Amino acid sequence: MCLAVPGKIVETRDERGTRMATIDFDGIRKDICLAYLPDIEVGDYAIVHVGFAISKVDEATALETLALFRELGVLDDELGVTGGTVGGPIPDARGGVR
Amino acid sequence: MRFLDEFNDPELARRLFDEIERLATREWAIMEVCGGQTHSIIRNGIDQLLPDSIELIHGPGCPVCVTPLGVIDKALEIAALPEVIFCSFGDMLRVPGSQHDLFQIRSEGGDIRVVYSPLDAVRLAEEHPDRQVVFFAIGFETTAPPNAMTVHLAHQRGLTNFSVLVSHVLVPPAIEALCSSPTSRVDAFLAAGHVCSVMGTWQYGPLVDAYQVPIVVTGFEPLDVLDGIRRAVAQLEAGEARLENAYERVVSSAGNAAAQAMIEDVFQVCDRQWRGIGEIPASGWRLSDRYADFDAELRFGVSDVDAPESSLCRSGEVLQGLIKPHECEAFGKECTPRAPLGATMVSSEGACAAYYQYRRLDVVPVEVGVG
Ligand code: SF4
Repeated sequence: MCLAVPGKIVETRDERGTRMATIDFDGIRKDICLAYLPDIEVGDYAIVHVGFAISKVDEATALETLALFRELGVLDDELGVTGGTVGGPIPDARGGVR
Repeated sequence: MRFLDEFNDPELARRLFDEIERLATREWAIMEVCGGQTHSIIRNGIDQLLPDSIELIHGPGCPVCVTPLGVIDKALEIAALPEVIFCSFGDMLRVPGSQHDLFQIRSEGGDIRVVYSPLDAVRLAEEHPDRQVVFFAIGFETTAPPNAMTVHLAHQRGLTNFSVLVSHVLVPPAIEALCSSPTSRVDAFLAAGHVCSVMGTWQYGPLVDAYQVPIVVTGFEPLDVLDGIRRAVAQLEAGEARLENAYERVVSSAGNAAAQAMIEDVFQVCDRQWRGIGEIPASGWRLSDRYADFDAELRFGVSDVDAPESSLCRSGEVLQGLIKPHECEAFGKECTPRAPLGATMVSSEGACAAYYQYRRLDVVPVEVGVG
């Protein structure tokens, strides 16, 4: 839960007064909330924590971190890709150590 | 034993190790506060590659690990109610309660959902107006702004079927509790980078001054952790105690103002129990009184639920750096990630689980020694 993953903002939109974005994490796209980084724009990189952009980072830093996470095999975990479907029921097996 | 070439920049890693080796003339104990850092350290064998004089103590910075059993029991009790859809981050769902676990509750009909973003829980509440949606809001300061946003939106959208079970914890009071403990062996702290990206670094200056202890704000990638250690050792050897930011590419001294404002609105500081450690004054957030309507403990009447910890489990000593996980009798025997006795074995950010995953073969004696 505590890792935060950098991604690139590819689209922003307003959803009932809350600023949202589509973000690309090394090929995995997610909807995230921009309420805490109101000035960030399409093309910028942000560190994202549980679906919220919390700080802006430069591109070089972001790409380096993503490559490392991919290598460590923690990217899917952090993005909830292996944690069952988002909003869906919990997976059958008890996860244990990932 | 791990090797340097497992770092993504082995040359830089070597230079950092060499520099630490050169600097260190005495024995120092450095605590990394964040569970992500612990995971990085054990996975990359940083503690094994460091000179023997530098000891890393694995701190209490894993929210899953420090959430008291009583709170897990409250969650399970709420999750078992037929009208409830219970939402949580995945790693929290793996923690067993004192009587039963979530899988049992689910097999008896409990509706339990994993969310990636807390906003998924708000969406579920809107999609299921006939059900009660409860979100398990735990974590450190990094998770608080997202969790607070659920309450803000539920309030704004007039949702009456949404509530939160809050058990938030704060890093600076935990550092303070460790500093003032008579058994503390910590000479310097690596503070958690992402906590500081939200809160800034200003909260740590007073701790540095009061306890004359170096605090280095550090990221959690292996090279970040090494750099944090290097800076901490440099300060210690020079007899200095300063607040230093080794994670400037992400962390500013003011932090994220919009996030802090949301926290300020939705939460208020409270005393908190930490699993294995006990109560630390002013070390957590609960819902502020104006959002009491969204408090799941009140809504479902579980405020009084409490539970004692397993008597075998020594996770409190692990979290305070008094023992290493494998020094616990139960490690790898009665206690494994599949059947954890303590929360430090449940989460991959917990010290016991990190040792079990990466270090078990080194630390648990095997019967036939094959070198
Ligand atoms: S090994 Fe298990 S029982 Fe021992 S301290 Fe760790 S979590 Fe507790």
